[in-house]
Amino acid sequence: MLKQMRIAVQSIVVLTLFFGLLYPFAITGLAQVLFPKQANGSLIYKDGKPVGSSLIGQPFDDPKYFWSRLSATGPMPYNAASSSGSNLGPTNPALFKAIQDRIDALHKADPDNKQLIPVDLVTASGSGLDLHISPAAAQYQMKRVASARRIPETIVQDLIRKHTQGRFLGLLGEPAVNVLELNLALNNLGGGK
Amino acid sequence: MNTNNFIQCAIYIGVLVLLVKPLGSYMAKVYEGTPQWIDKLFGPIERLIYRLSGITTEEMTWKKYAVATMLFNVVGILVVYLIQRAQNHLPFNPMAMAPVSPDSSFNTAVSFGTNTNWQGYGGESTMSYLAQMLALTVQNFASAATGMAVLVALIRGFVRKKAETIGNFWVDLVRSSVYILFPLSVVFALVLTWQGVPQTFRPSATVPLVQATVDSNQKPVMDQIIAMGPVASQIAIKQLGTNGGGYFNANSAHPYENPTPLSNFFELEAILLIAAALCYTFGAMVKDTRQGWALLAAMLIIFIPMLWLGVASEQQGNPALTKMGVNQTASALQPGGNMEGKEVRFGIAQSALWATATTAASNGSVNSMHDSFTPLGGLVPMVMMKLGEVVFGGVGSGLYGMLIFVLIAVFLGGLMVGRTPEYLGKKIEAYEIKMASIAALIMGFFVLVGTAMAVLMKAGLAGIANPGPHGFSEILYAFTSTANNNGSAFAGLSVNTPFYNTILGITMFFCRYWIIIPVLAIAGSLARKKIVPVSAGTLPTHTPLFVFFLVCVVIIVGALTFFPALSLGPIVEHLMMIG
Repeated sequence: MLKQMRIAVQSIVVLTLFFGLLYPFAITGLAQVLFPKQANGSLIYKDGKPVGSSLIGQPFDDPKYFWSRLSATGPMPYNAASSSGSNLGPTNPALFKAIQDRIDALHKADPDNKQLIPVDLVTASGSGLDLHISPAAAQYQMKRVASARRIPETIVQDLIRKHTQGRFLGLLGEPAVNVLELNLALNNLGGGK
Repeated sequence: MNTNNFIQCAIYIGVLVLLVKPLGSYMAKVYEGTPQWIDKLFGPIERLIYRLSGITTEEMTWKKYAVATMLFNVVGILVVYLIQRAQNHLPFNPMAMAPVSPDSSFNTAVSFGTNTNWQGYGGESTMSYLAQMLALTVQNFASAATGMAVLVALIRGFVRKKAETIGNFWVDLVRSSVYILFPLSVVFALVLTWQGVPQTFRPSATVPLVQATVDSNQKPVMDQIIAMGPVASQIAIKQLGTNGGGYFNANSAHPYENPTPLSNFFELEAILLIAAALCYTFGAMVKDTRQGWALLAAMLIIFIPMLWLGVASEQQGNPALTKMGVNQTASALQPGGNMEGKEVRFGIAQSALWATATTAASNGSVNSMHDSFTPLGGLVPMVMMKLGEVVFGGVGSGLYGMLIFVLIAVFLGGLMVGRTPEYLGKKIEAYEIKMASIAALIMGFFVLVGTAMAVLMKAGLAGIANPGPHGFSEILYAFTSTANNNGSAFAGLSVNTPFYNTILGITMFFCRYWIIIPVLAIAGSLARKKIVPVSAGTLPTHTPLFVFFLVCVVIIVGALTFFPALSLGPIVEHLMMIG
């Protein structure tokens, strides 16, 4: 029993050094050499300064930008230091209110748009940091963004296409549009600024 | 269920089944000590760990094995507790995290020690880099290896005849970690980094928002602080070891834990990989691989219909939203369905698939928020856990749980036809059935009594986030998850309180070890028996008939225990929603 106790303590120490320090350090070393961009958060740089991460969404509610999905992080949306979903249940009145508020905001920004709104555009993501909207949600907003920026729709369509990733091998996951990258590209056009 | 959903689920299950035999036979060789070329690589590490830890490799009786298991786990839990309490004095804390509260530290220590990885805290806002690595990553390995060791001891009980011993816990522990978990984690961690999972010691990044926003007090917010850290190394083992504890609060929904459909696919496979392959390992070690395939078949027979129910319910969406003018129909341009709490890149299929797999295994990581699922979509993960985490289940623990049900099934079968029950040539007698019953009943006791206590107490009700039956479901889910060492949650429930941290911590502890000890007792008792030769009176246990019978036993035990509780939660809510 005493011997087993001694082994228990010693083995915890040894395994802690091996799996708690050696293993993550070795992976960090390899990752920093093999995939330096991804290992450091896939940050987007402009003039040497980070302007966002291509994997982390940001909030938008200006008509000239594509809007991201709702985010339930606190105290502000898209708080990447405290990820969270809304955790609102399917029969919770608070869920319906959040959705109705978003529907109203979308209608207010684009009164002539009578299409049905794609579901991802009115619901909060699980992480509160979703970088994507569906292509349907991008199409829903396309005319609004083009007219707010006074640029031809074809240019906006081109950019949407460029920032859409399909399913992996056409099979896995869902097609998705990277909202931050799309909006940064729109800003780079120079229009609407 | 549309074609696309069907294809994604089929690919997942197909690839999983293909991996079972190669990994399963490798693991069998590891546990039997058969020489392999890979020994040259891992043998030196193994022997170094033995030497530094003072491990001697003598055989152990079941009692000694159980003592070693418990000592290792209790010491490990204590270390995790202390690191959290002292993290502000330790290095690798670039974001200056304060010490974790005593009740939360207790809960998290038990949670990671028991392979549950229930999380009352938010990772990126609570834990230092050092705590994530030294406390949590280590237990991800240690708790998984504990489960695998106990399983191997039980298998030896079937294999050995007239033996007093069932192996050496330390050897099984170290070999599980060094030969199986470690190499898979290294490869997997690098694949994840390639896909975009960070692996860095730099502090959080601060970037300017393209469009400024306001916080809940209407104060302007100009910047976004992006938490990162040594994430990939932890995510790799958290999936492979059926741990499930997220680096970030949003767990595998967070783009840094699970950035792409491909990372999602790999992580999903990792969730069930070892648990599924252990079925083959079992078959190989008892020298009758049909027995292993039969158990895998039983698991899939339960898994596939539940998966279908989950995907179909989520794809159906929420009728209330359709009335509000929202388009929930799947098309080439959108996944449609119930997207609250889900990520666009995963859509419905990959989210519901994950929810089913993570609760079939006792993994408990989530890539979508189960609390926001439709009532029937949320019923699926709850039922998967309530079956006792034996459909794949935790690494090791899932299969020893399933073998407990097998013993109960051959016992019931034996009663029906009036023969002495036996399994793999071992007579199953009163002692084994007593131990099996203890192991099978403890979980239901903790779930039902715990839920009843929480709904009767102010401290329990205070945590509820959603009104009506959904609030009850949140509490029921919490006890189901912790009692089955799963760790997923209806995360709206506020559980980082002294009440929940304590009661759920106790639940996790007892439901893990109250099963491990009787399982080892069964192993010891079986090892002592002789092997009865197969005769005309032997009930074959690899046939479709037995598989079907086993599935019925698993479902009846689960359904009878929990149907009343489920009808007060998700079933009532479903009727309200469609009403």
